[in-house]
Amino acid sequence: MMQELHRLKETPSQTAGPYVHIGLTPNYCDIRGVYDDDLGTTMVNDQTLGERITVRGRIFDGADTLVRDAIAEIWQPDSAGLYNSPSEMRGTADPNFTGWGRCPTNAENGYFQFETIKPGKVPFKDGRPMAPHITLWIVARGINIGLHTRIYFSDEAEANAIDPLLLRIEHRQRVETMVAQKDGSIYTLDIHLQGPKETVFLDI
Amino acid sequence: MSANSNKQPETGGFFARDRAWHAPALTPEYKTSILRSPQRALLSLDGTISEITGPVFGHSMIGELDNDLIHNYARPGESAIGERIIVHGRVLDERGQPVRGALLEFWQANAGGRYRHKKETYLAAIDPNFGGCGRAITDDDGRYAFRTVKPGPYPWPNGVNDWRPAHIHFSVFGHGFAQRLITQMYFEGDPMIWKCPIVNTIPDRKAIEQLIAPLDWGQTIPMDARAYKFDIVLRGRRSTLFENRLEGN
Repeated sequence: MMQELHRLKETPSQTAGPYVHIGLTPNYCDIRGVYDDDLGTTMVNDQTLGERITVRGRIFDGADTLVRDAIAEIWQPDSAGLYNSPSEMRGTADPNFTGWGRCPTNAENGYFQFETIKPGKVPFKDGRPMAPHITLWIVARGINIGLHTRIYFSDEAEANAIDPLLLRIEHRQRVETMVAQKDGSIYTLDIHLQGPKETVFLDI
Repeated sequence: MSANSNKQPETGGFFARDRAWHAPALTPEYKTSILRSPQRALLSLDGTISEITGPVFGHSMIGELDNDLIHNYARPGESAIGERIIVHGRVLDERGQPVRGALLEFWQANAGGRYRHKKETYLAAIDPNFGGCGRAITDDDGRYAFRTVKPGPYPWPNGVNDWRPAHIHFSVFGHGFAQRLITQMYFEGDPMIWKCPIVNTIPDRKAIEQLIAPLDWGQTIPMDARAYKFDIVLRGRRSTLFENRLEGN
């Protein structure tokens, strides 16, 4: 016999189901008066530092059909590359920027959309800079465990080329599945859950 | 983090997720998963500061009735119809340590098994006093509690005659975005749990049992409400001892 580790097992994930809006964005599905606002709707205010951008995208299933009942959440650092989190030990993030947003994919056009700021660079574990990116998490009916990926930016080609995570992608043509295309101040990244254009999802 | 805590925030990476404990992405008996499941291998790597950090939600955002689904949508002086229950428990991590300041959001059908949602087509009646959502933030011991009515089971279009067992959906934020979790809680003794294609996406019976809340007779309030206890475990994280410090450079 030996000592025991006394580790617990993580609670298993289950699908968010078709009625996820009731719990996460009740005002969006016309349950009004319980919460003032849906959480994560507003990421910036007048004082938030940094370049204002719109980040949006759609989610397609394996038949190239729009997924209109998903919820997307994003998490990102401020314009100086600091996270508004107690575990951020490198400095204090912009108090006018939470860094977290939540948006359902639109029931008609399928878009999730965030009004946010361009994130600064943060370091990889070994100190190398990672290219500016936003963490994206997707849940929906039919998805048994939330899908993690990242949104990188098409106007950061130089930084993307040496990004430690993007460099880990073996099939190089798949790198672009994580790079949002810039059009003015709007960055668009479509997510493909499966098929030839399947997004690179992360076990991280 | 609660204001009165003197513990330092943790910065270690999270334990690798045991993917075999969770449902795989493709579970054909749950038909919607067929076209919504990634087929390529996930890109696996140790968490970076982008996943080790996560948003903070303060206790101040929680309204007085946010953890009372019997009353938070009800007209003044009225209440939702159904079996009154209290659901309570702790949010822990894989090391057994309490996760304080965790935001929990829950949603459920009413006592007849009907959701308040425009895509819902089940013929069971809407309860005018029941919205179906609530939320709570854990205290320094990782504890949470809310009051609600026991949700009803309901049929859903998958197989010809598939029914969901009574369940409550939970969304959980820990301290790092890597801990983000959505799951469902079931009720002790419900024979329908084992017939459900969504429950059975989870391969390991022991893992399914982790989602079944026992009746908690001790916490039951006499002449008022029965209690169910549901503990939630999030990914644990390493001590940063001997690791390269995040502040690096």
